[in-house]
Amino acid sequence: MSHAKQLSIWDPGIVRGAARDVIGKLHPRTMARNPVVFVVEVGSALTTVALLRDMTAGRPGLGFEIQITFWLWLTVLFANFAEAMAEGRGKAQADTLRKARTESIAKRLIGPSVGSGSNRTPYEEVPATSLRKDDVVLVGAGEFIPADGEIIEGVASVDESAITGESAPVIRESGGDRSAVTGGTRVLSDWIKVRVTSDPGHAFLDRMIALVEGAERQKTPNEIALNILLAGLTIIFLLAVVTLQPFAMYSGAPQSVFVLVALLVCLIPTTIGGLLSAIGIAGMDRLVQRNVLATSGRAVEAAGDVHTLLLDKTGTITLGNRQAAEFVALDGVNERELADAAQLSSLADETPEGRSIVVLAKERYGIRGRELADKRAVFVPFTAQTRMSGVDLNGRQVRKGAADAIGRFVAANGGAMPVNLQAIVERISRSGGTPLVVAERTRPLGVVHLKDIVKGGIRERFNDLRAMGIRTVMITGDNPLTAASIAAEAGVDDFMAEATPEDKMRLIRREQQDGRLVAMTGDGTNDAPALAQADVGVAMNSGTQAAREAGNMVDLDSSPTKLIDIVEIGKQLLMTRGALTTFSIANDVAKYFAIIPAMFSATFPVLMTLNVMGLKTPESAILSAVIFNALIIVALVPLALHGVAYRAMTAEALLRRNLLIYGAGGVIVPFIGIKIIDVVITALHLA
Amino acid sequence: MNITRNLLIAVLMTIATTILLGLVYPLAMTAIAQAIFPDKANGQLVMREGRVIGSRIIGESFSSPGYFHGRPSAAGAGYDAANSAGTNLGPTSRNLVDAVKTAVAAAQKENPSAPVPIDLVTSSASGLDPHLSPAAALFQAPRVAAARRASEADVRRLVGAHIEPRQFGFLGEPRVNVLELNLALDEQWPIRK
Amino acid sequence: MTANGWLQILVYLLAILAVTPLIGRFMTRVFARERTWLDPVLRPVERSIYRATGVDETRDMHWTEYAVAMLLFSGVSMLVLYVMQRVQQWLPVNPQKFGAVTPDLAFNTAASFTTNTNWQAYSGESTMSYLTQMAGLAYHNFASAAVGIALAIAFIRGIAQKERDSIGNFWVDLVRCTLWVLLPFCVAGTLLLVSQGVVQNLRPYDTVTPIDSKEQVIAQGPVASQEIIKEWGTNGGGFFNANSAHPFENPTPLSNFVEMFAILAISAGLTYTLGDMTGSRAHGWAVWGAMAFLFLAGVTTVYWSEARGNPILAAAGADQTTTALAPGGNMEGKETRFGLANSALFATVTTDASCGAVNSWHDSFTPLGGMVPLVNIVLGEVIFGGVGAGMYGILVFIVLSVFIAGLMVGRTPEYLGKKIQSYDVQMAMLGVLVFPLVILALTGISVLSPTFGLASLSNRGPHGLSEILYAFASGTGNNGSAFAGLNANTKWYNATIGLAMLVGRFFMIIPTLAIAGSLGRKKRVAPSSGTFPVTTPLFASLLVSVVLIVGALTFFPALSLGPIVEHLLMNHGQVF
Repeated sequence: MSHAKQLSIWDPGIVRGAARDVIGKLHPRTMARNPVVFVVEVGSALTTVALLRDMTAGRPGLGFEIQITFWLWLTVLFANFAEAMAEGRGKAQADTLRKARTESIAKRLIGPSVGSGSNRTPYEEVPATSLRKDDVVLVGAGEFIPADGEIIEGVASVDESAITGESAPVIRESGGDRSAVTGGTRVLSDWIKVRVTSDPGHAFLDRMIALVEGAERQKTPNEIALNILLAGLTIIFLLAVVTLQPFAMYSGAPQSVFVLVALLVCLIPTTIGGLLSAIGIAGMDRLVQRNVLATSGRAVEAAGDVHTLLLDKTGTITLGNRQAAEFVALDGVNERELADAAQLSSLADETPEGRSIVVLAKERYGIRGRELADKRAVFVPFTAQTRMSGVDLNGRQVRKGAADAIGRFVAANGGAMPVNLQAIVERISRSGGTPLVVAERTRPLGVVHLKDIVKGGIRERFNDLRAMGIRTVMITGDNPLTAASIAAEAGVDDFMAEATPEDKMRLIRREQQDGRLVAMTGDGTNDAPALAQADVGVAMNSGTQAAREAGNMVDLDSSPTKLIDIVEIGKQLLMTRGALTTFSIANDVAKYFAIIPAMFSATFPVLMTLNVMGLKTPESAILSAVIFNALIIVALVPLALHGVAYRAMTAEALLRRNLLIYGAGGVIVPFIGIKIIDVVITALHLA
Repeated sequence: MNITRNLLIAVLMTIATTILLGLVYPLAMTAIAQAIFPDKANGQLVMREGRVIGSRIIGESFSSPGYFHGRPSAAGAGYDAANSAGTNLGPTSRNLVDAVKTAVAAAQKENPSAPVPIDLVTSSASGLDPHLSPAAALFQAPRVAAARRASEADVRRLVGAHIEPRQFGFLGEPRVNVLELNLALDEQWPIRK
Repeated sequence: MTANGWLQILVYLLAILAVTPLIGRFMTRVFARERTWLDPVLRPVERSIYRATGVDETRDMHWTEYAVAMLLFSGVSMLVLYVMQRVQQWLPVNPQKFGAVTPDLAFNTAASFTTNTNWQAYSGESTMSYLTQMAGLAYHNFASAAVGIALAIAFIRGIAQKERDSIGNFWVDLVRCTLWVLLPFCVAGTLLLVSQGVVQNLRPYDTVTPIDSKEQVIAQGPVASQEIIKEWGTNGGGFFNANSAHPFENPTPLSNFVEMFAILAISAGLTYTLGDMTGSRAHGWAVWGAMAFLFLAGVTTVYWSEARGNPILAAAGADQTTTALAPGGNMEGKETRFGLANSALFATVTTDASCGAVNSWHDSFTPLGGMVPLVNIVLGEVIFGGVGAGMYGILVFIVLSVFIAGLMVGRTPEYLGKKIQSYDVQMAMLGVLVFPLVILALTGISVLSPTFGLASLSNRGPHGLSEILYAFASGTGNNGSAFAGLNANTKWYNATIGLAMLVGRFFMIIPTLAIAGSLGRKKRVAPSSGTFPVTTPLFASLLVSVVLIVGALTFFPALSLGPIVEHLLMNHGQVF
């Protein structure tokens, strides 16, 4: 897609922008929203004051104090930088979107607007921004649609590439499920009358821009809970450090404010504290990159919790259309003859079913496509009345269609249907296929077996989902027989056949009653109640405005399988937070081993036994811990933005894996990191 | 929620349960214990020559060379059974180390040939420990034997006979009841006063 | 360390293992008001109590009413105990004619016994009349234990039920716990202890004539009936100053075993009740396993450290070698009949629980041996823990563990089908905050004051810090054991430790009940393979890590200036 291009993590433009934003974020009012980083800022201010005091007093040997203060400020800046980076990525995408929102002129209709059946209606030209809800505008070929709305009259092809990135135009028409249009898209041909459905600033595009920029970011429930946990931990460590001073005084080893602040900053969870909002923004960003627009972060989190996925059969589980799978010839008919006739009848049939017959005939019998124009062929298109299609060619009348329709055709020509044809038709129906009978005037030839083709790899996808504890339910209008056979082939956990919107609603309610979260996709107006009821309702962008309003996400690609991606993104978002929290807390062990012996070794040289890293001097030990603490934030920015690697496995296995990497790793990594920094700063004679 | 009502219940509940648990229960248990285990319930007091000389399970102070001495006691002025206490001195306490040094020096003067068992020079928890470890009792055998004009081997045998094994063969530690051992000493090798 | 020592520890753990399902199942039945074999005797007593007090046993309470009822009961009974101490000189059953207890000490003691702490700033045999001991102190041993268990049951109900506002009736839980869970065992246990030599009488102190010294006054009293509830209710307040080291409280290794068994039995059983009532017994066992692991780690450290002994005393010429005839190791402040293994085991058990009974002085332990009880307490006494208090304490840690685990598997965290949301995390963090706040702040103030703070110390150097830290940890954690060299019977310590006990108890309980209420109102989410299971060894080890990290990381700086540096200094032979 055009705007959500894959940005590299260290995209120079974004890094530059982030670096600029960093300072602005230092304002205490901004900082107070993030208690962990706020504490670091207060600590840095404290050491700065102490440093100035020491400098004016002309105390010698301030190298250590200066460096500690410097790195503490750097810690604050790095934490801000992480957030600014995430916001910068969002802004980069928003800028592209904004280009689509260029100021345009709208033709607002005056007087009775509907039913004239023509585009010659009186209108006035007004700026698009002055449009209000329920205004009706006329949009002609080549013009931008000025606002989100619903087509009340007309049909047009629309270029929606500005928001979807898909360059092929789509058809939008009044009535039915394809009536919603988005402001900023362009009408290519024909004209439409659009009733505006949103006030300026609240249009789809505006919401999208706001979301990716993080401007409207509200903390999600889990984020709030995690923030409380982090704030609690910060208070606990604050207590531990503040009360350490009396203990140190009792022991005859009072500590300087530099050392105490250094210890505090190292202990409080600055890593996750600094990266937390970046993780949230990045999660939304990942969603946008996959062309999904969520109305809130809450919805993204809910996606991670989903127990049950309601999936539409068509398009999600099966390829959109049925395909010819077999030619079943009647007794006395050569299979090749049947294939030839079927192909002939389908040559002009541009439906996917028709094309698939041509393809199968070629694959099985090497029957090539023929150029029929010169043979004076007359095509008989499918109509709702005849319910068959075919071709008249050199006196031959080849037809294909439903069994009863072909039966009438044969009978009308004086022929009769053989008994065993009915048996074949029934067998195919029972197996979940669609029988298409082929006949030539009085002579039935056989049956084409049309089959739903389950998408490649979908079964594996469902297995993954099952491992993650997610149940898949296939929703289809097919009869139970057909549904069961496809369900079995696709490997879904359950199916609902002959499903009406009310059935869907009931199913969702039942699942929710049992405490399960449900996700579904939908596009039609009659899907709207279910979309609203579902915990995660993904509306197709191609769907009606009602559906888009009811759901809490919109898939711009209108791809039914997107639901699975959304669930994964939701999970990844939570996992990243959990993993970095664990990592952050686990880091404390090593920091204690670096700082505590350093603090008290002057008074109690025996405490150097705890200096397991063999850090050179007390100053270098404390400095190394502080530097490590600052650098690790930057080092983990890519992880925060990309999210931790996601694998489909059971919760138990997933937890074991993440505990090993981020828990055990979180204990070990800082031991190594601090030691290396100690070696470096000792070599540079910094401490 | 009715706070007044719950307050009333709280008062009545305190009264009712105090009667049941604070009076009926302990008094009934006293009556039953006195009936079934009169000796145990009253502290296993030991009579000699018509006088109560102590409790079988409460240590008492011995200082004469002819008696086995119990462990150092921090209860009152030493083995004050109305003031049970330990020293509560920590492992790096100078007072503790000095006390142990003094005790070790005194012990080594009596019996230079054997290492000084730790329990003989450290205070018990209650200050009323009625026991010594077998090693601590045996360590004192030379002094007691000399004072009682008995052979050291005989005294050691007497100690050996008074070693209480672990309960059920595995609970607790082997030990010697000092009062019982000393009463046996008096029985076997009376000191003429 | 000896093989026999380990055998005793092992037998002890097996006994606790064996009793867990028995007591656990029994408690489920009692609190679900199902029939038990004791009903014919106890049901009439129960009914008459409800009649006398006006309790409507069919009425369930919202968590706030439950909390209010609990607070009112604690408040009223605490006031009664305060008054009883102040007027004991005019009351009967006072053969030693003890006078009124001073106001600060009476407040401290009333707070102490009401909060199930049983911190003793007084010396029992020289301060309290027999009536005060029986009807005041021993009574609170029952009452505070029953309150604790009732709260744990209320919490478990909150997890087990769905979409309900009430979490049970406090008064009913209190009475049923007392009658069914506490009293029957105490009746049997009293007699068992008397058979071992624990005294049970109302006679005045005996004055005897020892054979080699002048005079000895032997304190007596109704000890056994108080001794058994002291352990069974994880109270810990000794009849005598020397607590369970006193031969009249704990005369034989068997009585010692019974007392240690009584300390952990109910709390271990509650893990099973947790599993039983929530329909996930495996979860109960996973919690049990995590606790047993921490228990073994603790007892191993203490036993190892005490058996290793004190190198300074070795240098002074004392022989600390363990042989068949000599205990060896660090015997300062330990009884001969218990030796190292039983002292190490008792110290671990009593601080794993919030009991605080001691059969040896933790103050005289080696630094690392003494650090384990201290760490056990600051971890929140959740290794089986105090009756009830251990259960609701560990549930707070479980909530936090599940929260972190839930995030790491990419779901909104759930605990047994209950979503853990910001309100629950908030309350859990409040509960967790109480400990460091009270302990570290009050210790910090005390160590800075040479007059009211440091004057009470009996040990100098790092050990002095440990003494004060232990005092506030023990008070806040409602343990009651002490580094008893600290003279805590001063106005400052009586007041501050008294407050610490009240805050540590009730500021822990109220957030806990709030979580119970919040969980009880929630839907129960059906489990799936995407839900992180709370029944596995992985969960148990995560729980262990969270307990250690939240507890130990907070106190590591303080510990490093106390026991840790003292250990290193001791190895270098330094004394203070």
